Amino acid sequence: MRLVTAILRPHAVDDVRAALEPLGVHGMTVSDVHGYGRQGGHTEVYRGAEYQVDLVPKARVEVLVDDDAADAVVRAVVETARTGRIGDGKVWVQPVESVVRVRTGEPGTAAL
Amino acid sequence: MPVLLHVVAPVLAAASTPPVHVDTGDTAWVLVCTALVLLMTPGLAFFYAGMVRSKHVLAMIMQSFACIAIVSVTWVLVGYSLAFDDDAGGGLVGGLHLVGLAHASVGVPGIDLTIPPLVFVLFQHLFAVLTAALLTGATADRMRFESFVVLVAVWSVVVYAPVAHWAFSPDGWLHRLGLLDFAGGTVVEMCSGASALALVLVLGPRRGWPREMMAPHNLPLTLLGAGLLWVGWIGFNAGSALTAGTLAASAALATHLSGVGGMIGWLALERRLTGKATTLGAASGAVAGLVAITPAAGYLQPLPALAVGVVAGAVCLFAIRLKFRFRYDDSLDVVAVHYVGGVVGTLCVGLFAATVVNPAVTHQGLFLGGGVEQLGKQLVGVLATSAFAFAATYVLARVLHATIGLRVTADHEHAGLDTSQHAETAYELTTTSTIGRSHG
Repeated sequence: MRLVTAILRPHAVDDVRAALEPLGVHGMTVSDVHGYGRQGGHTEVYRGAEYQVDLVPKARVEVLVDDDAADAVVRAVVETARTGRIGDGKVWVQPVESVVRVRTGEPGTAAL
Repeated sequence: MPVLLHVVAPVLAAASTPPVHVDTGDTAWVLVCTALVLLMTPGLAFFYAGMVRSKHVLAMIMQSFACIAIVSVTWVLVGYSLAFDDDAGGGLVGGLHLVGLAHASVGVPGIDLTIPPLVFVLFQHLFAVLTAALLTGATADRMRFESFVVLVAVWSVVVYAPVAHWAFSPDGWLHRLGLLDFAGGTVVEMCSGASALALVLVLGPRRGWPREMMAPHNLPLTLLGAGLLWVGWIGFNAGSALTAGTLAASAALATHLSGVGGMIGWLALERRLTGKATTLGAASGAVAGLVAITPAAGYLQPLPALAVGVVAGAVCLFAIRLKFRFRYDDSLDVVAVHYVGGVVGTLCVGLFAATVVNPAVTHQGLFLGGGVEQLGKQLVGVLATSAFAFAATYVLARVLHATIGLRVTADHEHAGLDTSQHAETAYELTTTSTIGRSHG
């Protein structure tokens, strides 16, 4: 099993979820995160004082998938979330040692 | 249809206390205004609370609410007497005849009232509360709550009450000199602003200022507070007419127009300087205009009132730069908005005061052909109030800082005043943040 983690523009999450559905992905974890990469932050002005805000809001999407589904999932995420501008995000894949479904105790692929 | 009621001849009235003939219309109006002035302190609490970081928001609000409690007690016990009793000497401070509000229902020395004197007591009482609460914007995010309580209790008696006597009591030396301060440009705005500067010089800056970004955490709260202040300010200024008539109407209109002018002046300059008109600028500009018209509301015609607002909005925005240049952490710009705005408004009385608005204007403003006479009196008021409020507050703050200590520890400041001073958190926005056990 693999863990696919994607850092995306927040508004891309809905499209990504829809694109993964046909690939048999029936669950994901989404969190609000902040970070920076090549995309700069933005400037905010309060009473004439300018502040450079370095961290940009992003969404982190985590999906557990079968080993042979990982490539297709990554491809779908990249194609769906891409705008071509700096700040589209990153996707990475890690091996997962074991997974257990809490409700039933089922281990491995059955738990996905 | 005013109904005149004779108050029973006061037995213990001081020689200078004129008899009171109560007019029900005037009384109803000033009672309403009194409630409006009370609304300003929670309004100010929200105005400030939105501008601090989320870990300090409850402490910010708490300080304003605490002022309602603390100053209410000190005012009733001794503050009112020091401000409005017959002069104790030199026009500097009132006597102790009215301590504990003894004899306060009989009349107010030197003032011809058409409202019950206790309405005047409460109306002025809430001015004292608000003025103390204004200080909290400068000292935000770093004062121990217990020390704040002591500071405000003493400050309201030794700094506010004398300054109120100077300008508001007919016995006060500035009043006798001929200073025109309709609703507290010197007493409320400059007194709080100059005191705030003294406090932050003793306290020192917030840890991390000005290097760290300390942006407002909830601007809708700030805008809500500004709106409440604006409404309350009608009561503050128009109520200062102490009658329900032409003067109150004129003051209400001038107040509103100056708030409008302040917003326009601030936003126009801000957009020119930074490219954007901000919501915080709209709120701040309106408050700056309302501050500036406070001393002038009952003396100015409508268009000059609008102009005062525009000038105050622009000047106060510029004044915010001073804290970065001179490195004092006036956190929420009490000096730039209240002190500077108060100076602008107090001096503008000397430029625009019109006898047609208020017969109390004996020397018309410079721009109305009255020469510099009134402007000179206004300048004396500005200098004297600034010097006394700054010096007295500086000494008081130094003494308290050396004895009971004014600042929280570094750990408490980093953790936030909400948890360290009040054992509470303002916002529980995630389901995991409230996981824990009760020690019921």
